[in-house]
Amino acid sequence: MAAAAAQTNGSAIYGDWPGRYFHVDQVLDRPGPRTDPSFLAGDGVKKFLREECKILVIGAGGLGCEILSNLALLGFKDIHVIDMDTIDISNLNRQFLFRPKDVGQPKATVAAEFVMKRVPGVKVTPYFGKIQDKDDDYYMQFNLVICGLDSVEARRWMNATLVNLVDPENPESLKPLIDGGTEGFKGQARVILPTVSSCYECSLDMLNKPTAFPICTIANTPRLPEHCIEWASVLEWPRVWKDKKMDTDDPEHIGWLYNVAAARAKEFKIEGVTWSLTQGVVKNIIPAIASTNAIIAASCCNEAFKIATSSAAYLNNYFMLIGTDGVYSYTFEHERRPECPVCGGESVELSISRDWTVDRLIEMLVEKQDIQIKKPSLSTPTKQIYFQAPPQLEEATRPNLEKRVSELVPNGGEVTVTASSLPFSLSLRITFI
Amino acid sequence: MIKIWSMKKNEDAAAKKKPKTSAAQIRVQKDLTELDLPSTMKTNFPDATDLLNFTLTITPDEGMYKGGAFVFSFVINTNYPHDPPKVKCTQKIYHPNVDLEGNVCLNILREDWKPVLNLNSVMVGLQYLFLEPNADDPLNKEAAEDLRRDRDQFLANVRSSLKGGYVKGVSYDRVAVS
Repeated sequence: MAAAAAQTNGSAIYGDWPGRYFHVDQVLDRPGPRTDPSFLAGDGVKKFLREECKILVIGAGGLGCEILSNLALLGFKDIHVIDMDTIDISNLNRQFLFRPKDVGQPKATVAAEFVMKRVPGVKVTPYFGKIQDKDDDYYMQFNLVICGLDSVEARRWMNATLVNLVDPENPESLKPLIDGGTEGFKGQARVILPTVSSCYECSLDMLNKPTAFPICTIANTPRLPEHCIEWASVLEWPRVWKDKKMDTDDPEHIGWLYNVAAARAKEFKIEGVTWSLTQGVVKNIIPAIASTNAIIAASCCNEAFKIATSSAAYLNNYFMLIGTDGVYSYTFEHERRPECPVCGGESVELSISRDWTVDRLIEMLVEKQDIQIKKPSLSTPTKQIYFQAPPQLEEATRPNLEKRVSELVPNGGEVTVTASSLPFSLSLRITFI
Repeated sequence: MIKIWSMKKNEDAAAKKKPKTSAAQIRVQKDLTELDLPSTMKTNFPDATDLLNFTLTITPDEGMYKGGAFVFSFVINTNYPHDPPKVKCTQKIYHPNVDLEGNVCLNILREDWKPVLNLNSVMVGLQYLFLEPNADDPLNKEAAEDLRRDRDQFLANVRSSLKGGYVKGVSYDRVAVS
């Protein structure tokens, strides 16, 4: 009776009941032909998945809501979620963990509560804020990270953080990153093993560039409603409001842009400028489709499950879905880029005397046979050490040539070297003897 | 959990932790220190420790704009090179491809920007606008119309605008090199 009650009203009982994971256990109780040799069939893998594995979900929006419920139903028990947004009424058509009463509340908190209420025994820990608020120690506690984000910038940050987290002396520091993304009927899911496989930055040149119209078309020969809206936001806003920053979430700002764009459209006899198009163009909103999100989120969670349990071969490493003309999908291995500024480049350990000047260090870099750098420029993550050009910066950093490296770089500190003869950047870790 | 660690190549095991320098920062360092500018272009950093905000002065030594010094502001965001640098002319100048607010019509600053381009390409592109003003992509329609209709008159207008004079009732900033 108790079991039946639990299944119909989940929140009544915490913990597991007989047969709860009957279907998932079909793949966890015995190895298959392609399971990884490290697979611990039975209790070992179930214990890891349900008691030990800690997973982080970035984003609690269209993808995030799907990801959270999928993970909870797969048997992940310790889930954390970060999102900096609050719920908008326009989210409710696809972000199904939210209800009209939740509008205005933080997405992460509401999503976490919903999942915990619906799926007994799962702990979802929300954080309402930015990914940049958290430090390396925070990210270090997870086994896996799944991203369901809508911005290139946030993905680049998360990717770089996880690549930088990898410590050659600590296997636990390598956190697989599963990244999902959708745009209308298109989507992609990928598995990134930081420093092992191609990272997000490696594939940056594959991104479609955001639609931008030639500024002269906007200024002189508008033909589309979008041209009128861009005219209002790119040319008229800074002309009228000078340095005042445009807030695309402020209805008054959108209202002003809409009126200006509509007047322009009327002048050029263009139809189609609406409030929602104005908002869509200035916020670069791409229509989100619930079903595309569902496919991509499912794919991400399948990969998370396979990686966490080693129960089946995981994605290597890029899955793309194009649903615009029928259903087309393609999976391929995106290769690492040797000159990638995040995971590529070379890294060299250098032990030098405390007395060495910057000039002496540069001389050594130029002479070093295996590096062959001409005219290197050096910086630490926070300041410039010596720049070869432009003239003003060369002059400003020239006094550093006479200084000791140990005055500018802490022991074990990092120095980034760029030079025209290097297609990538070189990083030096400097220790003093 | 899958054993990823064993897939790390041996050579990688020797590699050390990477610095926390952001990808944008490294790229800007690389772009700036490898600038190969002719004597007609000069950068100026109001704050030498801030690589993301600076100006570029172009003093063409040939063409119709010879004798002027044109100052552009560059603002680079942390999403560079995914996003192009934001470039504006800080003076009010008479030019078919620059409007009175300082907006510049240069394809690689907007619709044709690609991350493989760099600051040098943008700067060379800007200089080209002064050597070959283009009447087909106007931002200052009057100037473009003048250029199309009567090149000599256009040249006279440019000359007078450089000295801070009026062209068709619009007063321009004095940008002539004294």
